[in-house]
Amino acid sequence: MAMLHTVNKSPFERNSLNSCLSKSKEGSTILLIEDAVVGALKGTVIADKLTAAMSNKNIYVLGSDLNTRGFTEAEILDGIKVVDYSGFVDLVAEHSNVQSWL
Amino acid sequence: MSDDIKKFMFVNTKAPYGTVYALESLEVVLISAAFDQDVSLVFCDDGVFQITRNQNTEASGMKNFSPAYKALGDYDINKLYVEKESLEERGLTLDNLMDLTYEDEDDDWAEKPSIKLVTRAELADLMDGQDVIISS
Repeated sequence: MAMLHTVNKSPFERNSLNSCLSKSKEGSTILLIEDAVVGALKGTVIADKLTAAMSNKNIYVLGSDLNTRGFTEAEILDGIKVVDYSGFVDLVAEHSNVQSWL
Repeated sequence: MSDDIKKFMFVNTKAPYGTVYALESLEVVLISAAFDQDVSLVFCDDGVFQITRNQNTEASGMKNFSPAYKALGDYDINKLYVEKESLEERGLTLDNLMDLTYEDEDDDWAEKPSIKLVTRAELADLMDGQDVIISS
């Protein structure tokens, strides 16, 4: 089974999403939570990189953290899926292991 | 008293909620309003996310402190500088930000926008002219 990666820091301030993208295997899943959710927005300087990663990785964003920062599903990149807390739990259960990128 | 007025600039560079910097800075700003100083705020880098509109914390259960920024105008804090390049890098425009206004006592209390869009270079000049700069 594949790995679930969680990232919780803004990609505009830290390098953790970059590290995650470069060290995660094909077929793995990346979930953006807390301040990392802003990385899912359309039109950002990292949008192309994230879109490219979606060719062989699954990318999710935690909806409640997105709403907290004033954004909705309509404002994020096509291909990124939104999950709620129970969806987060499902992702953890479906994957063999979880790696947190801080 | 006027001789004692200093130019205070609060520079906000971090996204809200993930860390406590944004909330702590806002509290210091509101306290500073009580001392009749020349106060301005800057929102640059991830700090621009502090004043996005439609913040909804219902599902996350956190305290939504964004409405407090709307009170700044009532405390005569009406110079809010937003860095243009920071918005662009994050796929945002002024439309993504809250309408933050103040009533101008020198213009029959007309309601005016507090947010001023500035470039990185203009921000450098503004920072250069301050007496005190507090970053978070």
